Amino acid sequence: MNALDYAVLLLTILGIAAYGTWRTRGRHTFSTYLKGAGDTRWFVIGLSVMATQASAVTFLSTPGQGFQGGLGFVQFYFGMPIALIIIAAVFLPIYRRLNVITAYEYLGQRFDGKTRLLGAAVFLVQRALGAGLTIYAPAIVLSKVMGWSLSATILCSGIVVVVYTATGGSDAVNVTQKYQISVIFAAMIAAFVILLKNLPAGLTFSDTLSIAGGMHKLEAVNFSTDPGKRYTFWSGTIAATFHMLAYFGTDQSQVQRYISGASLRESRLGLMFNAVFKIPMQFFILSLGVLLFVVYQFEKPPVYFDQVAWQERAARDEGGPLREIETKFSAAHDDEQQQLQTWMKARHAGDRTAESAARSTAALAHDRVEAIRKEARLAVDPRDKRNDTDYVFITFIMDHFPHGMIGLLVAAFFAAALSAKSAELNSLGSATTVDIYRHIIKPTASDAHYLTASRGFTIFWGIVSIAFALCLSFADNLIQAVNIIGALFYPVMLSLFVVGFFLKKIGGTAVFWGGLTAQTLVLVLFFTVPDNRLSFLWYNVIGCVVCILVSAIIQLASGTPSRAAVT
Amino acid sequence: MTPEPEPKDEVTGLPGLRSWRSVYLFVLVVFGLWIGLLIVLTRMFS
Repeated sequence: MNALDYAVLLLTILGIAAYGTWRTRGRHTFSTYLKGAGDTRWFVIGLSVMATQASAVTFLSTPGQGFQGGLGFVQFYFGMPIALIIIAAVFLPIYRRLNVITAYEYLGQRFDGKTRLLGAAVFLVQRALGAGLTIYAPAIVLSKVMGWSLSATILCSGIVVVVYTATGGSDAVNVTQKYQISVIFAAMIAAFVILLKNLPAGLTFSDTLSIAGGMHKLEAVNFSTDPGKRYTFWSGTIAATFHMLAYFGTDQSQVQRYISGASLRESRLGLMFNAVFKIPMQFFILSLGVLLFVVYQFEKPPVYFDQVAWQERAARDEGGPLREIETKFSAAHDDEQQQLQTWMKARHAGDRTAESAARSTAALAHDRVEAIRKEARLAVDPRDKRNDTDYVFITFIMDHFPHGMIGLLVAAFFAAALSAKSAELNSLGSATTVDIYRHIIKPTASDAHYLTASRGFTIFWGIVSIAFALCLSFADNLIQAVNIIGALFYPVMLSLFVVGFFLKKIGGTAVFWGGLTAQTLVLVLFFTVPDNRLSFLWYNVIGCVVCILVSAIIQLASGTPSRAAVT
Repeated sequence: MTPEPEPKDEVTGLPGLRSWRSVYLFVLVVFGLWIGLLIVLTRMFS
């Protein structure tokens, strides 16, 4: 990065943060600080919901997923339209009618104090873990590639977001997210154009699709019924619906975004905006990875994209075995390139038989390249836990983008990190103030006191997440790590609300023990059943069903009437 | 936490989609179209 890139990066990030703080200055009561001024329009809600979900990991890691695994990850989002319709039709009207600040207030009204506390506590634990990862994930990649200090990167981005979130509250989050997501979209479109320009001359768009398809990168939908396969049509439409219902319907970081709408209509339209556009958006980001894959078929990439880890490993072994892998990779890549050119010649000549044969040969050559890449991964980490796909996109950006554009792309990654992080801190501060502090510790105090407490808790969670990020050491694919953390806790959060909304005869004590049982089971499954036998997405279904069944059994056994005060 | 009166904004304000039921149906149709296109893409190039 040169001075121009740094200028673009700093102006974009600090400019948006400063604008958000200035725009929302002096308009805070306790309620507006947590819920906004109640004048947010659907388009802002839609962008805000989108920006909260799409953290920096989405933009750093998803193209890497597309590069390595193709379009299959898009199936994870199949449950989203269905979940958002259920939330708009059932959850949202109840939240708005009760005028709640946090979703867990509903649990207190429908059940009792301990169930409200269980919901809030599960949320606080999982969101605090997620908040650490949200700030750590981009920092680990960007600091390595840019040569920055990891701690300084975490601290700088963490402090910026804590300052404007604690100062401006929910309104500042919404205002800044609108501009942050605009920067991200602009950067992603620019990346798409630059990737197209880097395709070799003579290669048509149809050729590009053929190559990607021939190497199994365009398998967007998989109807396998194997529960060990992470992303299939079934896990996407069934299990992911539960996951999305829990995330959008019960996770305060999202609930806080859409309950701030000027009306029920605005909130609903904001959700429907996401229901329509999220799948194409993820498809587009994954397509960047697929395009990247095709570009790197004609241009030699590093054998291992995390070059810092590669060089460190080479230094320990004086490079011997690693240099050998690099030489083998270079020869295999040259061979693959030749086979691809033969394939394309046959394709352009219209010779179907020769094209089919050349395609098979090219696929075999590609398999050899992949085998050497796996050898490289094992050389860096013999347990094969370390993944270099998060470095694919940023490596391409650093090598191919003009100065100024590099700054814009890095700004986009930081904008995404800050937008997700600010929503998380805002929601953590709100839930701690409303569901713990006001509910249990200090029930009767002035609004000014709670406003100060909210600011304090937002800063507290900011410090906790920064400290957590500074202690983290993570090597798995980042976007999957974020989703796995969610799947460990969402089943219980969702089932408390599902019982509350739909099973009117079940009371607080039954659902409380049902929730604890389900949470224990999900954690046992996570630690005992390997992921290749049961994909984490199915925890959402199992946990939710177990909670409902156990709650129903306890309620039947106890026979006490439910409270069901609010439905 | 004061319960608010029933919302008066049940009107969608969208041309051609006057009820929320029709908005949800529209979203489901778009979702179905996306799945259909992705299946076609998968079948065409695999």
